Amino acid sequence: MWRRIFAIVVKELRQLSRDRMTFGMIVMIPLVQLMLFGYAINTDARHLPAGLVNLSDSAYSRSLVQAVEATQVVDFKQRYLSAAEAEAAITRGEVKAVLYLPADLDERLVRHPSFAGQQYLAQPYLSQPVGQWLVDGSDTVVASTIRSLRQMPLDEIAGRAQKTVMPSFEVVQYFNPEQRSVVNIVPGLLGVILTMTMVMFTSAAIVREREQGNMEFLITTPVRPLELMLGKIVPYVIVGFVQVTIILSAGHLLFDVPIRGGLDSIALAAMLFICASLTLGLVISTIAKTQLQSMQMTVFILLPSILLSGFMFPYEAMPIAAQWIAEALPATHFMRMSRAIVLRDAQVMDLQFDALWMIGFTCVGLFIASMRFSKRLD
Amino acid sequence: MSHTDFAIETQGMTRAFGGVNAVADLDLAIPKGTIYGFLGPNGCGKSTSIRMLTGLLSPTSGEIRVLGETLPGAEEKLRRRIGYMTQKFSLYDNLSVRENLEFVAQIYGLNRRASKQRIAELVTLYDLVGREKQMAGSMSGGQKQRLALAAATLHHPELLFLDEPTSAVDPENRREFWERLFDLCAQGTTILVSTHYMDEAERCHGLAILERGIKRADGSPQQLMAAMGARVVEISGDDLRNLKQSLISESAVLSAAQIGSRLRVLVRSDIEDPLAWLKPRIASRTMEEVRASLEDVFVTCTGERLAGVSKGATDHVA
Repeated sequence: MWRRIFAIVVKELRQLSRDRMTFGMIVMIPLVQLMLFGYAINTDARHLPAGLVNLSDSAYSRSLVQAVEATQVVDFKQRYLSAAEAEAAITRGEVKAVLYLPADLDERLVRHPSFAGQQYLAQPYLSQPVGQWLVDGSDTVVASTIRSLRQMPLDEIAGRAQKTVMPSFEVVQYFNPEQRSVVNIVPGLLGVILTMTMVMFTSAAIVREREQGNMEFLITTPVRPLELMLGKIVPYVIVGFVQVTIILSAGHLLFDVPIRGGLDSIALAAMLFICASLTLGLVISTIAKTQLQSMQMTVFILLPSILLSGFMFPYEAMPIAAQWIAEALPATHFMRMSRAIVLRDAQVMDLQFDALWMIGFTCVGLFIASMRFSKRLD
Repeated sequence: MSHTDFAIETQGMTRAFGGVNAVADLDLAIPKGTIYGFLGPNGCGKSTSIRMLTGLLSPTSGEIRVLGETLPGAEEKLRRRIGYMTQKFSLYDNLSVRENLEFVAQIYGLNRRASKQRIAELVTLYDLVGREKQMAGSMSGGQKQRLALAAATLHHPELLFLDEPTSAVDPENRREFWERLFDLCAQGTTILVSTHYMDEAERCHGLAILERGIKRADGSPQQLMAAMGARVVEISGDDLRNLKQSLISESAVLSAAQIGSRLRVLVRSDIEDPLAWLKPRIASRTMEEVRASLEDVFVTCTGERLAGVSKGATDHVA
């Protein structure tokens, strides 16, 4: 039995080492994607292109515009003469938001409590907002960023020093005090890239042999389905570890992502996830008839692994039904484990539910793949 | 013959794909130590039969006994005793000759020493010396075929299945290949080979002519030719095309095919004297009765000639 598994492993490694393209992808996929996402993904919207309709054109209005620009939330790219013109510009996608300052801006300012100070607080009915933001609200991130300007202090325009406001709560941000997105992205990217490469490699593994005609010979030999499955998996476990190493070291060196957890815990969690992903690929491989079909199924698994696993959006914010679907994906469990271990120095024992689930997934997947793979052609 | 003298026995072996019989009611009794051929055009059920006999396909109905074991059921037991060379090259193109053979040896459970020794043997036997490091994908059709045969016989199978082994090989290599098959046969291996070449079929000890899944005839090539229900006359002269048209409209004529400057006519054997019968019909042309070839047998069995593959058979007779 071991000799046959070993034979298949050696064969797979030899074939892999001769497939330069695939070999290159093993290294390039994690590197390129890490660079891309590490630099590109940022949930803090800054410098949104904005337009300005200034009907007042007073000195106050100009300093108000300057104050808004100083927040770096928006850059005023265009000026429009009317609200209608501004709306058309938003529709065209020229700008994401427009600041509308009415002709009576100065009067509004004077009566506004955060401009005038305390004296108008007694007559709140006299005060109204000084201007209006017109926002392309289809992107919720853009909309909420602009909304953060709603309570912008106006003291500076009034020529006063900014009041210090005593916060209701103090917030201590553990593990990522500077709130850099990349810190959360790199351990998550581990899960996404491994899902992609691991499922993709093995989903093609059996199909390829069938398509190229090797299978008809192989199934007349004494090789057993489980041996074939294990032999197909083992080489890619090694590949998976190469990728984990690349992602974590590049993330650490390029993006200064802290690696707080023990390497043994990371390795163990990665091992569990790699095995789970590989067996998922094998199951696909026993279902698909062609490599194209196996690709389609891989993408079908990959998308929810990116979007539902908590990689991009917090798991807790999803509706219960989506959470159930997410629970079924190995990526969700690994996302939790890798962030916990890499960022919060958790131990695998702290995450036993996720660990057990992945072990179970692997065993069931291996069983299904071996059962589905029959040494027959009918 | 007793039961155990047959390598393969089937009764009523049938396989249907979507309601259409690919193989229907096939009875076989193939003695051990012989080369047995399946002859027929593409799609006649040769590959399907071989796949059932190797345990890759289950029969829809019928009984199969291979090397004394009943199929389906004993496939795994038989794996070590049978070898199978598929129609399409089924080893790995991006592995070298040696790596391919090493892989097969390990799959069959040979240890390092035995495998090394056996591979050295096979490489010499199948004329692959000096090519051990060459990638299988970069070899010629003949070399690939020899490598495939080496892989299929690596574990000394008692029974060897070859599915159209020479379809990608030139005639000279085909002749050589058959020499190797006779060597294997002399060592006691039973060989079942499918082909659509008449000259190959003629080399078999016994053969079955298949057409659309049905066995039309079986026996040794000599028996088949002797028992053919027709006699063969070759006519030479002018304007053979028109003569052919007029002759094939006669019900006594099974077939008429032009071969070079002669017209080969199969006359039903219920015509007692075919030459006398033909004489008034051929005008001043000359004719002579010739020995039947396997292709003539095929034509009388199936009513048609194998498209484009008749050359081998006629060479033999002429």
